[in-house]
Amino acid sequence: MIEVKGIQKAFGDKSVLKGIDVVFEDGKANLIIGRSGSGKTVFLKSILGLHEVDNGVILFDGRPLHEMDKKQRKALRQEIGMVFQGGALFDSQTVEENVLFPLNMFSDLTQAERKKRVDFCLERVNLTNANKLYPAEISGGMQKRVAIARAISMNPKYLFCDEPNSGLDPETSIVIDNLIREITVEYNITTIINTHDMNSVLEIGDHVVLMKEGFKVWEGSNDEVLTSQNEDVIDYVFKSNLFKKVRQALIK
Amino acid sequence: MIYRLIDGIGQYFILLGRVFKKPEQWGEYRKSLMKEIDQLGLDSLGIVSIISLFVGAVVTIQTALNLDDPLIPQYYVAIATRESIILEFSPTMVSLILAGKVGSNIASTIGTMRVTEQIDALEVMGVNSSSFLILPKIVACLLFNPLLITLSMFLGLLGGYLAGDLTGMVTTSDFQLGLQMGFKPFYIVYALLKTVVFAFIIASISAYYGYTVKGGAIAVGKSSTDAVVNSSVAIILCNYLLTDILLS
Repeated sequence: MIEVKGIQKAFGDKSVLKGIDVVFEDGKANLIIGRSGSGKTVFLKSILGLHEVDNGVILFDGRPLHEMDKKQRKALRQEIGMVFQGGALFDSQTVEENVLFPLNMFSDLTQAERKKRVDFCLERVNLTNANKLYPAEISGGMQKRVAIARAISMNPKYLFCDEPNSGLDPETSIVIDNLIREITVEYNITTIINTHDMNSVLEIGDHVVLMKEGFKVWEGSNDEVLTSQNEDVIDYVFKSNLFKKVRQALIK
Repeated sequence: MIYRLIDGIGQYFILLGRVFKKPEQWGEYRKSLMKEIDQLGLDSLGIVSIISLFVGAVVTIQTALNLDDPLIPQYYVAIATRESIILEFSPTMVSLILAGKVGSNIASTIGTMRVTEQIDALEVMGVNSSSFLILPKIVACLLFNPLLITLSMFLGLLGGYLAGDLTGMVTTSDFQLGLQMGFKPFYIVYALLKTVVFAFIIASISAYYGYTVKGGAIAVGKSSTDAVVNSSVAIILCNYLLTDILLS
């Protein structure tokens, strides 16, 4: 479980996070949604410790991030898996080497055990014949799956995904969404996903947080998104014609 | 502008402080070092060889033309070629060429990793990204550049010899005599010392520009240019300082 209490972050004079309180539970797909510039990425990077927050507390299973020394933070990082927007695969390494990398750096497993783990992770994301290919040689959807395999290779307790569906077709997006959700439930991981994609919200959003101008303006489940009377939710979710029709149908 | 310069120098030394921390996993660093020696060192063999051979030849021909006087012995051409190649051309000019080739490679590789979030990925995993990415490049340059420069000296002199012989401007015996006459072995030490300093400058300054990129493809391109320009300027300044300290 990750608890965020009143975090604030500013870059110079520009305040980006203006006091956010939220709890992300284990085994649930926690989605952060909001318009571009609403502070989603800064929020995610602040939780990860890539940005130091100005105020507030972030607790990883009760362990406050700001009280951790370098060694403790390093240990915490090994409990975290991250899927970046563009995949962030190391382009000089093959698919297999990418997934193997965290294991080579930090695990005590033997070489054979590491190889077995890599095969398991790639199989888990339904990617079995791409071990020797380089990231540039595989599709965007496959890159995302490799990124997920790399993120889960160290058995993380926390999984962070920044726009995991960006640049993917709707069908592949659903595959990636479901994969993330399955992994979250299967390993009881605390998963936080940053997304714009309303399909993801409806498909896997166990817990949805809506951000606007650095504030958390609403939270609830994917079912509640559709029926919420909150103005910000209506304004964000029902902008498109498709969702306007969905809302009208729901009201009827 | 002065504030930016001082700030930049400060950031550079802070980055170096992080680069020289104990590596997390020696095995991965060793693998990375081998890759860098291949990419930064072995890949430069071709350009260094061609340039050295032909510059050596040109220096010999030009010197021979300028010393075309019956009172000046021919072996002076070889002495002038030797001194030019060993003291300046190989250590300094070839290092400047490497600043262009290797420096832009380092800055653009690391810069691209920065803008595609690969460096963030390393940080999230708990890897000291600056050390993991930059240290092998610095070590590769420190180990391989002296070999490249030694090869450059040999090929420069060979080029000079061949040019003298083929054009008939300097006979083989005169060239050999000139190469040995008044030769100071310390000049080789001086050249290699300069090479090591320049190698560090090329790798570390270029890596700094790549690592601190902010933005996208245009920023990577700019960082690559800045890396080449600034490491070249640093090489020229250090060349003057080292020459003053070691030779005067």
